[in-house]
Amino acid sequence: MATTNNPVNNGVNVGALLGAREALTKAPEAAQFKWRATVKWVNGTFSRSTVEGFYGLGAEQKHKTQFTFDADHPEVFASEDRGATPVELVLAGLASCLTAGVAAVAQLRDIQLRSVSATLEAGMDIRGILGADTDVRNGFDGIKVTYKIDADASPDDIKALVAQSQKRSAVYDIITNPTNVTVEVK
Amino acid sequence: MTSASGLEGRGRLRTTTIVIGAGHAGLAMSWCLAQRSIDHVILERGEVANSWRTERWDSLRLLTPNWQSRLPGYGYEGDDPDGFRTMPETIAFIECYADAISAPVRTSTEVTSVRRSGDGYEVATNRGVWQCQTVVLATGACNISQVPAVAEAVPSAIATLTPMQYRNPRQLADGGVLVVGASATGTQIADEVHRSGRPVTVAVGEHVRVPRVYRGKDIQWWMDAAGVLDERYDEVDDILRARNVPSLQLAGSPERRTVDLNSLTSIGVKLIGRLAGINGGKAQFSGSLRNQCALADLKMNRLLGTIDEWASENGYDNKVSPPHRFEPTEVEGSPPLGIDLTRGEIRTIIWATGFRPDYSWLHESVLDHKGRVRHDGGVVEAPGMYLMGIPFLRRRKSSLIDGAGDDAHDLSTHLASYLGHRTSVPRPERQVLSR
Repeated sequence: MATTNNPVNNGVNVGALLGAREALTKAPEAAQFKWRATVKWVNGTFSRSTVEGFYGLGAEQKHKTQFTFDADHPEVFASEDRGATPVELVLAGLASCLTAGVAAVAQLRDIQLRSVSATLEAGMDIRGILGADTDVRNGFDGIKVTYKIDADASPDDIKALVAQSQKRSAVYDIITNPTNVTVEVK
Repeated sequence: MTSASGLEGRGRLRTTTIVIGAGHAGLAMSWCLAQRSIDHVILERGEVANSWRTERWDSLRLLTPNWQSRLPGYGYEGDDPDGFRTMPETIAFIECYADAISAPVRTSTEVTSVRRSGDGYEVATNRGVWQCQTVVLATGACNISQVPAVAEAVPSAIATLTPMQYRNPRQLADGGVLVVGASATGTQIADEVHRSGRPVTVAVGEHVRVPRVYRGKDIQWWMDAAGVLDERYDEVDDILRARNVPSLQLAGSPERRTVDLNSLTSIGVKLIGRLAGINGGKAQFSGSLRNQCALADLKMNRLLGTIDEWASENGYDNKVSPPHRFEPTEVEGSPPLGIDLTRGEIRTIIWATGFRPDYSWLHESVLDHKGRVRHDGGVVEAPGMYLMGIPFLRRRKSSLIDGAGDDAHDLSTHLASYLGHRTSVPRPERQVLSR
């Protein structure tokens, strides 16, 4: 429950989101988005990905600017560590997605956030990716996310924010559920 | 319209209002129509209380206590108000109601088509065609078991069945059973099947956890007393979402037992995430189990908080035991994410994945893109058409036997005023062909 008289402002335009939900329920074709990224191998395990254009609301869309993500592997992998590891980018994606959700749900529930931070840790047995043991999977054996949230709300209401954010998170869904992946060479 | 005979023209039967379905909802509507002297008949594909007779498993009891099965002009007078009716008792209760109100039921009359005709509706059945001015759809919300698309990928060695086909554990092969779904149906079947010696795994998606008894009183008593069940469809924030909330995880038993995920794990049932896919004979489960359980625990505690607040404000704190909270749902550290269905561990899959209504006979464009009737609190978009007995139709209790009365009252009021305003057509005469 908000304890201040000031209107709650987490910087999320909830009115626009609710409006979009209503509009897209009536026009489901406009809700069809395509997200895109491109990647270029630079050297060794170093590659650079960029995102700029995407499709949605029935038209091609563009970010305000092109964003790039450098990915590499650290020196313990005999690499040169010129960027984050791809699996760390996955963690960053999950972290950002859940945190955006926390802010949006808080706004919707009239909860003023003062600070939100989280640490993420994912376990991995690298014998999987090294092909040393075929019983070991390549990916994470689990992800642990720990939030610290300071807000005008009871501990249960804060827990509910984080729970609802998971329920509505795209990256959480992508990680917790299987997705068909098709990789082609042209 | 002035004919005093039932057979007119090409042999159409006539009445003012056709009610489709002689379950509790259709009967409650019949009572309200009779109070207003509106001629009507109830068309029933089988017998009164047909779904209760033919589509329920053997051990099922009502999920609401006896006192709560209140129908207009009818209530519980026995000596066990807190008990839960068995299916034969439920059928008898609804039959007695039909008798008590002399409901004009035509049994074994299956509606094959409802379509607009003239200023009303043509209702075709296997026993003749009716013409009426108004029609009430009271065929219920649970005509078809919803089975997810992944069912097609289940290896053929595994038997699959829906809750409508399930009667008792003896039907099932010995060996493991995967129950998909953890709402009222899934948890009750999981409990019974596991106790029969067949090890059960439950795939858990979104669910609504509530205790059977809280502070010495049935949860339904609290929700009834505190007005939660009377909450109206036009008062909730998001009615679409409210109408899609899964059924309360409840069971009716003489011991008033709580059947929830903790009670299931305590007898050895395994919990696993929502069934996400089946690939090459391997079932994949979502990694969201922990959050699904956290959401359900938090929502339960919010409901209990509402109840505690109401109890304090209404002077119950000295009459009932003090507030408390239940243990959070226990989830193992790393629940498995896959089961190889070709290994023989799982012999049967039961799809407790919900139900939906069957409107295949409704030839009016009143369905939305998801096949739901478009309506405003039961007043269907098509003039003179009404809907009963679906979740949160007009109130949170709309899907309960106890909700039929208030909804029937409201909708019959609307229906009567609709008939009254139709000045272009004279009010039809008494129902014809009465036997």
